[in-house]
Amino acid sequence: MGRSVTGEPTTQPATALLVLGCPQVPVQTSIALYLISRLKKSDIVPTVAGNKAANTLLVVADPDRHYLGEVMDLDRAVVMITEKKRDFDRCFVFIHNDAGITYAGTMSAISKAKVYAIIYGEHYEDLVKQIDFPCITIAAKAVHNPLPLKKVIDEVAPWAA
Amino acid sequence: MGCVESMNYEIVLRDATFKESREYIKKTYAEFRDVEPGFKVFDTHVIGLPPIAIGLEGDFVIFPFTKPCHGTFLLRVEDKEEAARLWALKK
Repeated sequence: MGRSVTGEPTTQPATALLVLGCPQVPVQTSIALYLISRLKKSDIVPTVAGNKAANTLLVVADPDRHYLGEVMDLDRAVVMITEKKRDFDRCFVFIHNDAGITYAGTMSAISKAKVYAIIYGEHYEDLVKQIDFPCITIAAKAVHNPLPLKKVIDEVAPWAA
Repeated sequence: MGCVESMNYEIVLRDATFKESREYIKKTYAEFRDVEPGFKVFDTHVIGLPPIAIGLEGDFVIFPFTKPCHGTFLLRVEDKEEAARLWALKK
């Protein structure tokens, strides 16, 4: 049994969607696997949505699917949520460029999920300033080393919220 | 979004932020329609920060198309039927 984002008990397990950005910044794959692990330990079922490269990086890194569950194409996820065929309790959007902001704003508008904007990369402060829609911002200057971002995620503990 | 990629489109703007592309549409095209994220243009659900501006110029539809690794492109596509459908939307 999971808990909904409002904290009420539900018979269905809680769910989370991880929206991956372009994988050109190395910390994304590492943090995604870490977050999936923490979500699963809290009985939250994670689904990953990204482009082919971002998804493949995860699938190859976890061949026995110790961490990964469902992996889907990002465009397909947008279509399913828009058409109300599916939704999630939490949505984590990985952001290191303007496209990431655009996807987070879209998720905030089309999904009922509690949206977390995970912002990283060299220019993370500029990106934080662009957030003008409802979401929880988790941000750190992290490019190659995932630890600064992991630290902020641990402080927010979105799996427990 | 294979559909868009197979269209005969013109790239009006590239490497722009989403907000820049919205401002460009509003400044450049006398007619545009504001839509919400997920609104269908051709066979694509447009994404972006609401409201998303879709430009109209005769039979041409001008709309943003965002890819995670390449940012936002502003595309201009000629399609009489789709343009007519969008023209018919309330401002």
